[in-house]
Amino acid sequence: MTDQTALFEYLLRLGDNTLVLGHRVSEWCGHAPVLEEDIALANTALDLIGQTQMWLGLAGEVENAGRSADDLAMHRDVWDFRNLLLVEQPNGDFGQTLMRQCLFDAFHVELLTDLTNASDDRIAAIAAKALKEVTYHLDRSSETVIGLGDGTDESHRRMQAALDLLWPYVGEMFTPDAVDDAMRAAGIAPDLNDLRARFDTRIDAILTEATLAKPESAYAQSGGKTGFRHSEHLGHMLTQMQWLQRAYPGATW
Amino acid sequence: MTADLSTIWSWLDEVPDPEIPVISVVDLGIVRDVAWQGDTLEVAVTPTYSGCPATSVIAMDIETALHDQGITNVRIKTQIAPPWTTDWLSDKGRAKLTEYGIAPPSPAGGPDACPRCGGTHLTRISQFGSTPCKAHWRCDDCLEPFDYFKCI
Ligand SMILES: [Zn+2]
Repeated sequence: MTDQTALFEYLLRLGDNTLVLGHRVSEWCGHAPVLEEDIALANTALDLIGQTQMWLGLAGEVENAGRSADDLAMHRDVWDFRNLLLVEQPNGDFGQTLMRQCLFDAFHVELLTDLTNASDDRIAAIAAKALKEVTYHLDRSSETVIGLGDGTDESHRRMQAALDLLWPYVGEMFTPDAVDDAMRAAGIAPDLNDLRARFDTRIDAILTEATLAKPESAYAQSGGKTGFRHSEHLGHMLTQMQWLQRAYPGATW
Repeated sequence: MTADLSTIWSWLDEVPDPEIPVISVVDLGIVRDVAWQGDTLEVAVTPTYSGCPATSVIAMDIETALHDQGITNVRIKTQIAPPWTTDWLSDKGRAKLTEYGIAPPSPAGGPDACPRCGGTHLTRISQFGSTPCKAHWRCDDCLEPFDYFKCI
């Protein structure tokens, strides 16, 4: 794998994570339990889609095949997506959505913090911009996980169920492969072991305050960021997200 | 025509933010640089939030305003580094926000006072608000809700 190929793949991972999670979160628009949360979810989605434009825009530049951020988002098939399995998981109830958000945000904050020192200035600039927004996302998602975890019996039960359901998707974030190694050698990507340690410190503190029990099993699902095997959910999501550009290619408003 | 830069800055200070029209794009701190490159005026604009839908409208409004002043060749350049911070809001902009009913950003992470009655007993309703740059608060003195311009 050349450095350019690895860089393109790595940028797809960054952009597909924010794209898929941004779309998932936007599915709540008009359906959230209260108006304030509806607005918060929509704004979070908007930040993530904005970050997607920057990451996939840069991916298109690096690929140098004339594909724009929109082309990459709307005209790739499910097996070409490079997002983590965690972010494509369905919303479930509100608690499950916020648990997914919190797990991703805790990872995302640490990752972007490291990427602000990337040897590639373009990546460092996007990371610095995104980090401000994502820090805010983590404030909110962690507060909500704490509030609902340490809430009523019902909310506690639902948050524990969400954590148990989503925990097997945490490991993939920290399992390095050839792309991660090449990017680390290029001075771009961080050491994922080190990232994991910082993630654990954050998540342990949040879960303790939320009175939630971290699952014992270290079993990790994989196949999202490599594109080897996505869960069945991503394809269904893409049929919604991409249908307009697939039915009317190049349509604008 | 090649107007001098301070005149151009004063023209840009008349271009309102599309979502909070009482402040200008200059007050907001998003115009980072204005420079002539030959007969083309290059304006560097930085987005507030990466996904803010107002960003493209702002670029269009700036272009239109400059065309209206007789500048034919305008190039809007998006500049993301260093990232926008609410520290770049002008004092004039902060005063206008308060007058308009939006509490200006504060490093304390929440509004200093209610923009309507000046009360200081305040409760956060939501970390987000009607636009990406705002959060939703309530004054416990006058009981009115209000927008707070988030500090980033
Ligand atoms: Zn008041």
